[in-house]
Amino acid sequence: MPEYRTHEHDVLVIGGGGAGLRAAIAAAETAPALSVAVVSKVYPMRSHTVAAEGGAAAVIKPSDSLDDHAYDTISGGDWLCDQDAVEAFVREAPQEMLRLEYWGCPWSREPDGSVAVRSFGGMKTERTWFAADKTGFHMLHTLFQTSLKYQTITRYDEWFVTALLVDDGRCVGAVAIELATGQVQAVLARAVILTTGGCGKVFPFTTNASIKTGDGMALAYRAGVPLKDMEFVQYHPTGLPFTGILITEATRSEGGWLLNKDGYRYLQDYDLGTPEPHPVLRSMELGPRDRLSQAFVKEAALGRTIATKHGDVVHLDIRHLGAKVIETKLPFVRELCLKYEHLDPVKELIPVRPVVHYLMGGVHTDIRGATPMEGLFAAGETACVSINGANRLGSNSLTEILVFGARAGTAAAEYAAASRPASRSSVIAQVADEARRLRERFLDKSGGRERLATLRTEMQQAMEEGAGIYRDEAGLVAAAETIQVVKDRFPDVRLDDRSLTFNTELVTCLELANMLDVAETIIHSARAREESRGAHERTDYPARDDDRFLAHSLAWYSPNGPPRIEYLPVTITRWPPAERVYGG
Amino acid sequence: MPDTVTLEVQRYRPEEETGPAWQRYEVPFRPEWMVLDALNYIKDHLDGTLSYRWACRMGVCGSCGMLVNGEPVLTCATYLEELPHGSIRVEPLRGFPVIRDLIFDLTDFLNKLKRVSPWLVRKKEQPVADGEYRQTPDQLAEYKQYSMCINCMLCYSACPIYELEPEFIGPAAIALAQRYNHDSRDEGVQARMDVLSQHDGIWACTFVGECSAVCPTNVDPAAAIQRYKLSATLDWVKSTVLPWGKR
Repeated sequence: MPEYRTHEHDVLVIGGGGAGLRAAIAAAETAPALSVAVVSKVYPMRSHTVAAEGGAAAVIKPSDSLDDHAYDTISGGDWLCDQDAVEAFVREAPQEMLRLEYWGCPWSREPDGSVAVRSFGGMKTERTWFAADKTGFHMLHTLFQTSLKYQTITRYDEWFVTALLVDDGRCVGAVAIELATGQVQAVLARAVILTTGGCGKVFPFTTNASIKTGDGMALAYRAGVPLKDMEFVQYHPTGLPFTGILITEATRSEGGWLLNKDGYRYLQDYDLGTPEPHPVLRSMELGPRDRLSQAFVKEAALGRTIATKHGDVVHLDIRHLGAKVIETKLPFVRELCLKYEHLDPVKELIPVRPVVHYLMGGVHTDIRGATPMEGLFAAGETACVSINGANRLGSNSLTEILVFGARAGTAAAEYAAASRPASRSSVIAQVADEARRLRERFLDKSGGRERLATLRTEMQQAMEEGAGIYRDEAGLVAAAETIQVVKDRFPDVRLDDRSLTFNTELVTCLELANMLDVAETIIHSARAREESRGAHERTDYPARDDDRFLAHSLAWYSPNGPPRIEYLPVTITRWPPAERVYGG
Repeated sequence: MPDTVTLEVQRYRPEEETGPAWQRYEVPFRPEWMVLDALNYIKDHLDGTLSYRWACRMGVCGSCGMLVNGEPVLTCATYLEELPHGSIRVEPLRGFPVIRDLIFDLTDFLNKLKRVSPWLVRKKEQPVADGEYRQTPDQLAEYKQYSMCINCMLCYSACPIYELEPEFIGPAAIALAQRYNHDSRDEGVQARMDVLSQHDGIWACTFVGECSAVCPTNVDPAAAIQRYKLSATLDWVKSTVLPWGKR
């Protein structure tokens, strides 16, 4: 086998989930003469977009308005969103959702055939489109199947990207391992888009699939692109214990209640409104995720949660919705409960606890999806534009992958069409170096005493303990020290697998290296932000501090030592910072 | 309740072995564990070389299909305790070339999927400004079931025709063709019908329905195939017996 092979395209998309496929289609439509490559470590339909349940927000009903969607998003994000980005987002959201409808997405419907919408946490009106409770699944398969009709899109499935190729400050491709053969492959391109999703697996208890290891964030970070707002980790309030499987917020928008061990709707004690029998928008169970997860921790401290062998839980009660609503609007929830908890939510209470779900931060991009590095773009959970600020509202992320996937795809295609091709000779040495690094540091490595799973578990525990729902200086310092220790031990890892054919242990090892870099940025960004805002709650700095921190953090890679943290002002257009008010 | 359970896993490493071999692993027994959790235990603690695919662990990504005690299943949705006592046999899905261990090649399916044009075909797409295509809940119900396919390949593994006639386009691809054929917004039926009728495999399919029996999301590909046969027969009748019928 040659040391490496090379391929040339105009636009390279890394990641084949919702954002990546939308970007690839946008690039193909913007510039039909360009060749577009999609490289993904899994077959696109395995990407984690598939697991999203509740829906995607976009203004479609006459009673709704773009300004309302913008305000809900900005207040939900505790004023850390860039308001110009939010305005573009809400404006383009409806047309993106309609485009998906034209491509066949099976949206749930009203009796007259129009698209149905449901309410969602933190939204003041019903604006969340849904396909029962498998919305992400249907969006991903619609995008994947639609992408098959574009002759200019070439897919490289099950290739794992290990490094970006950078020539004189411009991103011109990536190096990947073709998993089936172990062949090192260089893909050269005029523009590169990162769409690799989030990094939930840096935590021990998460809704995220095993594949969500922050790969794109780590690739950009090591190449010198800053990661923005990494301290903002979203805990979803309702995950099943042990598995961490998500029980969609749609259970609550349909009218579900959260009950403590006494059967009491405890959210009324946490400034989230008063309990009504029917759901009230922006109130109680339809408050934002950060506030609900924080309320759980306080309720647990008061001894009013229920102890189980997989941690404390509260109960989600949807029994009063009745079998018909559950079967038509929440069939997947019922299926998941029956399969993974042996209980029927039509008749029984669902045990739930907060679970790591989403990272608001990511690769720093502008409103077009462009990163500070020439030729490099990013979209979706990998990126931070930012429309999510300090706390993302449920059902904004599925829309985000469409709007900013399309924007990044268009911008990358326009950039590629106007730029010279990558110079092969100038990057070929980098490819050879990367092939050699992979061989020497991993495949040909002998000895080693550390087990991968042990290092991964220690990292995850440190993150949960130090960088969870509530944080303080001492906890963050301890987490930073543990991560450093794990990083120092990482080179001594022992690999059992020496084969080139589908070496999943090598992939797991490279994913761990990515996660360690990402974990470090989360901790150091959290430590530097001496205030509480959205999902970032510091017990030692309990108040929001707009004087010092109405700003995005930027974590810059430094080869020897922790990341350098800088700040960038938030863009405010029409909604000056104010107090977040929920509960009417 | 037993403390441990034995997994007999089919291994194949093309760089080291000329053919499949069996390897036994003893793992802790936990009532909340799926077969996939046992494989992850092996990978993490006993043998880092064991190779398989998985991602979501909630039955929706379609990665982790394998044969467990000879049956095609999603290993993330099969409890250890549901299986008979004694050792548990885990093999790659049957009917596909094995790349390594439990990982098989699904290129053939992806090629076939593309051949049925699994996208919405419109003679003319309306501008976005005109809003959504109307589709009533009843019209949605016409195809919704077929849209639930997660491409897990259990149906191909169970299909007696696919095993004998590799050219057969297969249950999932036919169900996905029908997913668009029965979508009120679609105008691409004829092109897909031409592809489906190219091979005799579809007529060899009996109504035994192994594909539907193993489907984890109740797509019912067997029903999709029978429905195709009915409409294809009607087409044939119209075009030959009543040649003016197609005008």
